[in-house]
Amino acid sequence: MNWKHFFTSSIGRKFTMGLSGIFLILFLIVHAGINSCIFLNDHGETFNQVARFMSHNWIMRFLEIGLFATLVLHIIQGLTLWYLNKKARPVDYAFNQPSKNSKWYSRSMGILGTLLLLFIVMHLNHFYVGTKIALYGGDKPHNLYEEMQEVFSNQWVVVLYLVGVIALFWHLYHGFQSAFHTLGINHKKYTPIINCAGLTYAVIICILFALMPIAMFLHWLN
Amino acid sequence: MALNAKIPQGEMDKKWSDYKGHVKLVNPANKRKLEVIVVGTGLAGASAAASLGELGYKVKAFCFQDSPRRAHSIAAQGGINAAKNYQNDGDSVFRLFYDTVKGGDYRAREANVHRLAEVSTSIIDQCVAQGVPFAREYGGLLSNRSFGGTQVQRTFYAAGQTGQQLLLGAYSALERQVALGNVKMYSRHEMLDVVKIDGKARGIIARNLINGETERHFGHAVLLCSGGYGNVFYLSTNAMGSNVTAAWKAHKKGAFFGNPCFTQIHPTCIPVSGDHQSKLTLMSESLRNDGRIWVPKQKGDNRKPQDIPEEERDYYLERRYPAFGNLVPRDVASRAAKERCDEGYGVGTTKMAVYLDYKDAIMRYGRIEAGKTGQDNADDKTIFSLGRSVVEEKYGNLFEMYEKITGENPYLTPMRIYPAVHYTMGGLWVDYELQTTVPGLYALGEANFSDHGANRLGASALMQGLADGYFVIPYTLGNYLADEIRTSSIATEHEAFVNAQKEVNDRLNRLINIKGNQTVESFHKRLGKIMWDKCGMARSAEGLKHAIAEIQALKKEFWSDVKIPGDINEFNPELDKAGRVADFIELGELMCLDALDRNESCGGHFREESQTEDGEAKRDDDNYAYVAAWENKGENGWQLHKEDLNFEIVKPTQRSYK
Amino acid sequence: MQHYHMNLTLKVWRQKNTQSKGSLETYQVKNISSEMSFLEMFDVLNEQLIVEGKEPIAFDHDCREGICGMCSMYINGQAHGPWQQNTTCQLHMRAFKDGDTIVVEPWRSKAFPVVKDLVVDRSSFDRIIQAGGYISVNTGNAVDANAIPIDKKDADHAFMAAACIGCGACVATCKNGSAMLFVGAKVSQLALLPQGEPERESRVLNMVAQMDKEGFGNCTNTYACEAECPKGISVANIARLNSEYIKAGLSNEEN
Repeated sequence: MNWKHFFTSSIGRKFTMGLSGIFLILFLIVHAGINSCIFLNDHGETFNQVARFMSHNWIMRFLEIGLFATLVLHIIQGLTLWYLNKKARPVDYAFNQPSKNSKWYSRSMGILGTLLLLFIVMHLNHFYVGTKIALYGGDKPHNLYEEMQEVFSNQWVVVLYLVGVIALFWHLYHGFQSAFHTLGINHKKYTPIINCAGLTYAVIICILFALMPIAMFLHWLN
Repeated sequence: MALNAKIPQGEMDKKWSDYKGHVKLVNPANKRKLEVIVVGTGLAGASAAASLGELGYKVKAFCFQDSPRRAHSIAAQGGINAAKNYQNDGDSVFRLFYDTVKGGDYRAREANVHRLAEVSTSIIDQCVAQGVPFAREYGGLLSNRSFGGTQVQRTFYAAGQTGQQLLLGAYSALERQVALGNVKMYSRHEMLDVVKIDGKARGIIARNLINGETERHFGHAVLLCSGGYGNVFYLSTNAMGSNVTAAWKAHKKGAFFGNPCFTQIHPTCIPVSGDHQSKLTLMSESLRNDGRIWVPKQKGDNRKPQDIPEEERDYYLERRYPAFGNLVPRDVASRAAKERCDEGYGVGTTKMAVYLDYKDAIMRYGRIEAGKTGQDNADDKTIFSLGRSVVEEKYGNLFEMYEKITGENPYLTPMRIYPAVHYTMGGLWVDYELQTTVPGLYALGEANFSDHGANRLGASALMQGLADGYFVIPYTLGNYLADEIRTSSIATEHEAFVNAQKEVNDRLNRLINIKGNQTVESFHKRLGKIMWDKCGMARSAEGLKHAIAEIQALKKEFWSDVKIPGDINEFNPELDKAGRVADFIELGELMCLDALDRNESCGGHFREESQTEDGEAKRDDDNYAYVAAWENKGENGWQLHKEDLNFEIVKPTQRSYK
Repeated sequence: MQHYHMNLTLKVWRQKNTQSKGSLETYQVKNISSEMSFLEMFDVLNEQLIVEGKEPIAFDHDCREGICGMCSMYINGQAHGPWQQNTTCQLHMRAFKDGDTIVVEPWRSKAFPVVKDLVVDRSSFDRIIQAGGYISVNTGNAVDANAIPIDKKDADHAFMAAACIGCGACVATCKNGSAMLFVGAKVSQLALLPQGEPERESRVLNMVAQMDKEGFGNCTNTYACEAECPKGISVANIARLNSEYIKAGLSNEEN
């Protein structure tokens, strides 16, 4: 069993999905944590400081490469699995009732993931591109907080962000426990804890992310 | 032709070891050149094919199902006997031997049964080594339970799925040999003839059931492990596909058929619910350990069972057989149920059922549980619910199955049961080496007649199938093949193959071209009814003579009016079934002939002419202590040959359960 | 239990052979008893078709008591029909009512090509077992059955995994056509027993390799397989398969 065999096997692919998923789950904690600095309501002072640290610190910038690599891996592997799984059933059922045996979101990880991918493209375009232009365009000062206020003044953008967060919720709700299962954990004592932690995590992360555009749009923050 | 059972000389408990010590061997280099055909992949077939493959023979295995794992051995529920004496309760090889000969009502060959008891212990070792998950005690050692007809606990089990687990063990061993290239597996293939060259079995004609083509396969020896023929009755606990065809083709090519009329009717099956019924489902015999069997005392009583008061119930087994009560052997329990129903005391819509009641057991267990937990004043409801959980733990899966099939809750309403055809003790006559009267043609497992006499004990079928396949045939086949090492593979262009294939194809063509008006199924149902009514639980000379005439007429009608849709060269289950029913019809006639010849009652065979004053079976050892081996004479019927049974150790006595 | 009779409309997949294209055909059956099993209802339909001079519907079945694993119909959008922990042969007509329309299709999977009508070829399962679903012990090699005590808990779990009947409902149900429950059950059974220890690594690696080669899909943990499994095999066996595979795959030094 060489590396190629392992990572191109069905379980190997799932293994990379699970591991990269868990890494992305951890990233979201950091992401939500930093962004929550806006709720200090100090005109984004703290938030901008942390944001500047994140974009300038070499360790963080190195980790950022890892993050993108993981994300790309997660996406490519996800699309590959989706393609392979389609191929495994060349003729579909004329009449099927999957709702009798499984949850819709567990069956919709591909669609939810695709939605998230579109969301991420928009999201990077909104915030990441500006930050990088500022950084590499002579390291100009960049007020990310103001940029947020501007982006979230548009009601349609807010709606799109909320759709993205909803997709994220279901993706995380299934993905969290699924990742552990894929890594081989199914235990009478621990699995209920993992499931509970997954739900709590998904709820907290998604409420935080949803509150950001809403709070800006409704001017709860100044 | 004189029958030679080739029983080794010497004392009973030395015969097998002496035989093994002196049997001819084949050296490994020669084994590679010897080809063996195995037909059927149940316990006997899969274990034989795997073991022979391990030894180095070139094996071809055939089954009609889509995978060898589907063979009907898989449906055996209760367990497998072995003289391990792990319980220290006085079991031994001798006891198992003795119980089996006695249980078979003294119509089995002692030497074979003794060998079976001897190798029984190795079977358990082998299966455990294969990863068969038998039930275990908390200490990690194997658990045993008791079964009908014995006084010791020697039955190993895996919940109610022992047959499944044993078959999957043998199947995995078989698949391993397939992977190693020692066995070539032919699924969805049906054997349609034996090819004989110079008097020896040299191969088979098989039909690929997917494309309908017939194929010729050579083998230095042919092993038939094709199971029993209970489906001759149409309704039985056998699988829909279980058939006699392989054994019947062998019979027509010279293999004698032994004791064809010996059929086991199992007392605890779910009764027939209507004309649509396609098969019957067994409820494990273990249910009789706790349940009580009864019918109303009043004929045609249409009240609900719960509304019939205690004093108006007839617990007829307890009444007739106070010593054994509900635990009398299978044949006795079955006949008693039939007697009550025939007299008009049956229950349910068809009136062909008796009650198996768990109410008393639930309450009894409930009171014990209440006592254990200090609830001395518990009301009936509490006691019932406590008892129910105990019963659920012991028999839950069976109760669930009953509810699925009947839609009735057996915890609240007594179950309805009725006897059904379950197993056939008869089969191809074989000698001590499991060889039929055709040299090179062997029969293993339920397909042969050898070990169970006129009645099989519970948990012994699995034992016999695996004993034959794992531990008997690897030795006895070598004894034959040692003389075949100079016979090189015969090309299947040989005229014997060509002719056999032509005969098979001609028959298929004949069948499909009848283009009559009646379906195969309707003929099978009619045959089943004749057999059940006249050659079932009770048989009489008059009835059997009628049956023979009716079957002969049915045969004519079948061959002139059967309607088979589709073509030969395609997947055509109706054509497959037609061939099998045609063989069942011929077998049915032979069974009646055999039942007519045997004017005594023994085991599962009950002749109305041979009973005691109070209606019990009466055996006639002076005139019928023989194996009836029937030789097929083509259009001229059959000729009977007798193998006299000499009981050296277990002296026959009349069975009594009163 | 009240018995009743019903008339039904059946839409059944008809396909002449593996190569040809199939389609759903509509049939009417009348006066079906609620006491019949689903397959007995098919028997009635087939007898009717034969009498009418039409070709009967091919379907796999054998033991008709829920253990051989041969029956395999996708009934009204569910493997083995609407009842839980049940095979098609054990499904009874009281699950339906008068006037119902029932759609019956074969298992759909690349690894289970249709042979004819509702019959599929599941030999891929046999090949997976051939890849390692056994313990390599020749007849006669065994030690005494009680020589190795096994923790009752492990023995029970092994038994529960071994209850798999190989029907393929898990594959048919899974939206990805994955065979992980089938493979997981066999790998678990043998991994839980000390007898399975010597071949533990190679078994899981080879069986998964064969599973992939047959064209089964990849598990995405929807757990539909467990819900539809007639024997209630737990997805815990899939997790065990994952961990066995990952451990073996990462530690194995062979190429």
